[in-house]
Amino acid sequence: MPANTLTELLSASGLRLFRGERCLFENLGFALGAGEMLLVEGANGSGKTSLLRAIAGLLSLDSGVIYWRGQVTLQNRQALCADMAWLSHRLGLKYDLTLVENLRLDAALRGLVRDDDNEVLDRLGLKGLERLPLRALSAGQQRRVALARLVLSAARLWLMDEPFTNLDTAGQLLVREIIERKLKQGGVCVVATHHAIDISAPTSRIKLR
Amino acid sequence: MKELEQSESDLIAGLVAIIRRDLLLAWKRPGDAVNPLMFYAMVCTLFPLATGPSAEQLLQYGPGVLWVAALLATLLALNGLFLSDYEDGSLDQLILSPQPLPLLVLGKALAHWLVTGLPLVLMSPLLAMTFSVPSNVMGILMLTLTLGTLSLSMLGSIGAALTVGLNRGNALLSLLILPLAMPVLIFGARTVSLAVAGDATSAGVYILAAYCMFTVSLSPFATAAALKISNE
Repeated sequence: MPANTLTELLSASGLRLFRGERCLFENLGFALGAGEMLLVEGANGSGKTSLLRAIAGLLSLDSGVIYWRGQVTLQNRQALCADMAWLSHRLGLKYDLTLVENLRLDAALRGLVRDDDNEVLDRLGLKGLERLPLRALSAGQQRRVALARLVLSAARLWLMDEPFTNLDTAGQLLVREIIERKLKQGGVCVVATHHAIDISAPTSRIKLR
Repeated sequence: MKELEQSESDLIAGLVAIIRRDLLLAWKRPGDAVNPLMFYAMVCTLFPLATGPSAEQLLQYGPGVLWVAALLATLLALNGLFLSDYEDGSLDQLILSPQPLPLLVLGKALAHWLVTGLPLVLMSPLLAMTFSVPSNVMGILMLTLTLGTLSLSMLGSIGAALTVGLNRGNALLSLLILPLAMPVLIFGARTVSLAVAGDATSAGVYILAAYCMFTVSLSPFATAAALKISNE
């Protein structure tokens, strides 16, 4: 177990992952406390998504251990999943359902009853789109719905894979703003991106090659 | 104790939510659910036309045809069980949801049965009439088909989970599932035949019920494990 588990929420050491013959990363480690962000940078195909999927537990690592609140994530899946929200380029939304139906499903799976949906939808510029099927929304608006799900999830750990894709300038600012707000509330964000991002919070960086 | 109750109600809420979502999706895309039913109806109505009108002959192979068609119609519908979730990333969300994955796949398989299996069972008496199956057998036919299609939906979810990431997984899915589905077909068709002949049917019904319970209780765990592998 890592030494200072009291301050660290998410930490990892000795991570190694092969995809076929290629080693994506080796002997990778990091430690994040409340309000800290990890920025995963690298070119296309450098393994940013794979690292995020490995942290989430969607992909099994060749070696290495990841801790969430001092517990090995592989053995405490339920605890990690309850605290984690996942955003990737495949949004995981149902295009035949409306925005509200999509968000309601996620809330039900998390056992949440919320009444501040409207405020969040307003903030993300999704007001007035509640009754449309997601198919009818633009790619950027769909991404904003996925962001709304993230904000409403009440999860402490956010894993975000390329959160700026498809978003206009205002949308990109919005992502920055919600990340900052999350970090201020004591959350932890792991963001994989090739965009330049400046966030006023303690940030660790991992550069993958 | 209170905590336990809390988590139990959470589990039920999760199960209901996933069933509700899949029913809603089926309602908005009725084509996916109607296709297998059309297939079932066409096979069962075309068969008597192709073979001849002798009531005795029809009655002899009627139960077999009804059951084979039901099996194939269910298989036809199974391929899409996890496909759309896989493609749009919902599968990641389901695997990462705080709810246990076996519970969610149980919900998905139940919703699948409600959309394809149940209408098939409800249609079957009508189609059985084309084989001049006597009306006192309809009860047994529907009961065995209920147990059978539910077993097939559960078994099929394992195959669908294993083949979800593969191109053209449909053929492989049939190959994987058919051997496991044989007991259902054999006992189902035979029990209906026995009922037509006026013999006792309880043994067949019990076996089908036992098989159904077996698949409902165990297949969600196999499906969840298979999904995690397919989704890597």
